[in-house]
Amino acid sequence: MTLGARAQALEGLRVIEFGAFAAGPAIGKHAANHGAQVIHVETRTRVDGFRMNYPPFKDNQPGLERAAQFAMTNDCKLGITLNLKADEGRSLALRLIAVSDVVIENFPPGTMKRLGLEYDILSEVNPRLVMLSTCNQGQTGPHAKHPGFGTQLTAMSGFIHFTGWPDREPSLLWGPYIDYIAVAYGLVAVLAALDQRLRTGRGCHIDLSQYETGLQLLAPALVEYSTTGATSERDGNHDRLAVPHGVYPCMGDERWVAISVHDDSEWHRLRSAMGDPEWAQPEALGSVSGRRSTEAELDLAIADWTRTLARDEVVACLREARIHVAPVNDMADIFDDGQLNSMRIWRQLEHPQIGRMSFQGPAFLLSDTPAVIDRPAPLLGQHNREVFCGTLGLTDAEYERLERAGVFD
Amino acid sequence: MQRPLASYLVVDLTTELGWLCGKILGEFGCDVLKVEPPGGDPGRRSQPYAFAAWNLGKRSAVLDLRWAEDRKELIELAKKADFLIESFPPGYMHSIGLGWEQLHACNPRLVMTSITPYGQKGPAAGAPASDLEISASSGAVWLAGDPDRAPVRITLPQSAGWASIQAAMGTLLAHYARQRTGRGQHVDVSAQASLVPALVNGPYYWEILRQMPMRGGPYLTGRNVEGVPMRNVWPCKDGFVAFAIYGGVAGRQSNRALVQWMAKENMAPVWLADLDWESFDVATVKADEIHRLEEAIAPFLKTLTKWQFLNGAMDRRILGYVVSTVEDILGDPQLQSREVWREYEGVIHPTGYARFDGQQAYPVIGVPVVDEIEATPT
Repeated sequence: MTLGARAQALEGLRVIEFGAFAAGPAIGKHAANHGAQVIHVETRTRVDGFRMNYPPFKDNQPGLERAAQFAMTNDCKLGITLNLKADEGRSLALRLIAVSDVVIENFPPGTMKRLGLEYDILSEVNPRLVMLSTCNQGQTGPHAKHPGFGTQLTAMSGFIHFTGWPDREPSLLWGPYIDYIAVAYGLVAVLAALDQRLRTGRGCHIDLSQYETGLQLLAPALVEYSTTGATSERDGNHDRLAVPHGVYPCMGDERWVAISVHDDSEWHRLRSAMGDPEWAQPEALGSVSGRRSTEAELDLAIADWTRTLARDEVVACLREARIHVAPVNDMADIFDDGQLNSMRIWRQLEHPQIGRMSFQGPAFLLSDTPAVIDRPAPLLGQHNREVFCGTLGLTDAEYERLERAGVFD
Repeated sequence: MQRPLASYLVVDLTTELGWLCGKILGEFGCDVLKVEPPGGDPGRRSQPYAFAAWNLGKRSAVLDLRWAEDRKELIELAKKADFLIESFPPGYMHSIGLGWEQLHACNPRLVMTSITPYGQKGPAAGAPASDLEISASSGAVWLAGDPDRAPVRITLPQSAGWASIQAAMGTLLAHYARQRTGRGQHVDVSAQASLVPALVNGPYYWEILRQMPMRGGPYLTGRNVEGVPMRNVWPCKDGFVAFAIYGGVAGRQSNRALVQWMAKENMAPVWLADLDWESFDVATVKADEIHRLEEAIAPFLKTLTKWQFLNGAMDRRILGYVVSTVEDILGDPQLQSREVWREYEGVIHPTGYARFDGQQAYPVIGVPVVDEIEATPT
């Protein structure tokens, strides 16, 4: 904590992270952003896959400390390396766990047990420990051990089926969409377990299935099917209730605007905002059923209007008329978006190899204990000495002996 | 069943944007009281399935916040409550005397969570926005859809779900702090910002390389320094499967196993069967090599049904799944074995995604009913 700063929400909490990619470490990132001390454990023999396998890299050159995706997932943490397959590595891990509050792991089921670090052993070392195991399909069941990445799990949990055009193949979302659903649920589950610990004095083991958390966001379709036997399909940008409801091209290359009309008076406001064009005059368009029956033609006519204007002009004009409208922000626009900046989403810090980079704040502002994002992601093993000598109290001589023995590999 | 949160009182005033937040607090143990206007939340009628899915496990009470009398009753509730969540437009709660300052003054321990499309403040804070506008302004729409058509949102609305899960996170962070300080706080949640995590690494292509990521339809475009699109959704006999030619240790093993499977069915060309995967690196592979691989693999996948593929992939540790429909999910043996489905008033809901010491947390009551009689303000 910086001198004079207010205590953060998770001040005093220590979290140890075993695992890689998004599903575990992104939970730890949220904890770290709210004041927990989070220690990301890696091994040099198999570093976090986000370091090497996922672009973009600084200057488009892969390298251990050059990947934005590792950086964005691990800011504000301490980074250590530990060979968990070595006896002395494992016993250092246990010593660290003994003085921690939370362990987060997202290995495939069975991995922690193979390492001799399953919950039963950890809870003997530290009965107050809350351990979260998050994996694709949960720790149990016939498919538990089936490996896979989040992009494919997103398809398994139904989201891809609902994305794209009815006359085309389904469209992908950008990467492991479902991982970040499970990340929010993961921290919620840990915080709930910490609340329980306050009452009982004991920790617990949480088995979180990423697939099953995804179903919570798919639940309306599942409940509909269970109620009526019917199922909905992907439908481009159309909506069941609002019409018109679409994404329309604006002046320039790949500039788009989203517009939707939720009732008849909003339609009339849109009509005047567009300058009362001839094609919009038929009285039938004043009702949902009238607009629905000519939706395809309406979409084309609205596109003919938006195409003549700059995107931000359309947005300003329709917002003035209290119509549902928003820019389709591209990956440059989001950095300049007034609302995202008002929420303090982008926090610029200097990363030693990537340079200036916008790390991400949470989607909420806490009035009393706001998130603090003040440190870029750790370099591989950057905090070994701080953690092993500082937190665990190894002498320099012990540290150097273990280092030579490959325990920190 | 194990419910880790104590039975804290949650006053839930949310519209669809925040329904799921209260549901989460409820299934983890809170007592969630949904406060609805006379006749019930209008979402009951406009979106009955989302309503049922995301209000499961709540109690309900009717208050008409247009009446001073009922507002007083709400303040009495807020005095007893541990949490209050709402999703009215910015400024509305304040305008009826129920803003953060007012509620904080009558209950300093209260955690109040406000969920809006764009947050409480800022140049567009109060602008009308539904799922489409929230998704578009977050950047998520930009990244999805076919390259030759407009970008798309997910047809099944998602932004309310994302806003709610982030809200639940912020709410419990504030609660954790309160356990130490005794003081509540205001949690200002933006639905637009809630979707930023779904952009994954997309923003950084622009920020550190000045490259603009583009939607690729069934092809993934963000895994390769050359920008080579890689097929991730593949047509099979009865639908689509999700499979990726991948890198890393697990990816190479998966690629090798698929080729062995193809060879067993006499569908692997000689060059493919002989390919050295050890030197294969997904981040740097060139476009022509990916095309050659995809052309060899696609005909094989077309001979399989979704579930033949999944079962074969599981036997061989191939990184692949089904592109599930709703029916596929309801029939998935893994979910059945995990006892995910629970029936409330004859309707099946997905539940129990988190197990605490082996026991699921799930809603103990069904979807609340409400007195349909309309009251009129005096």
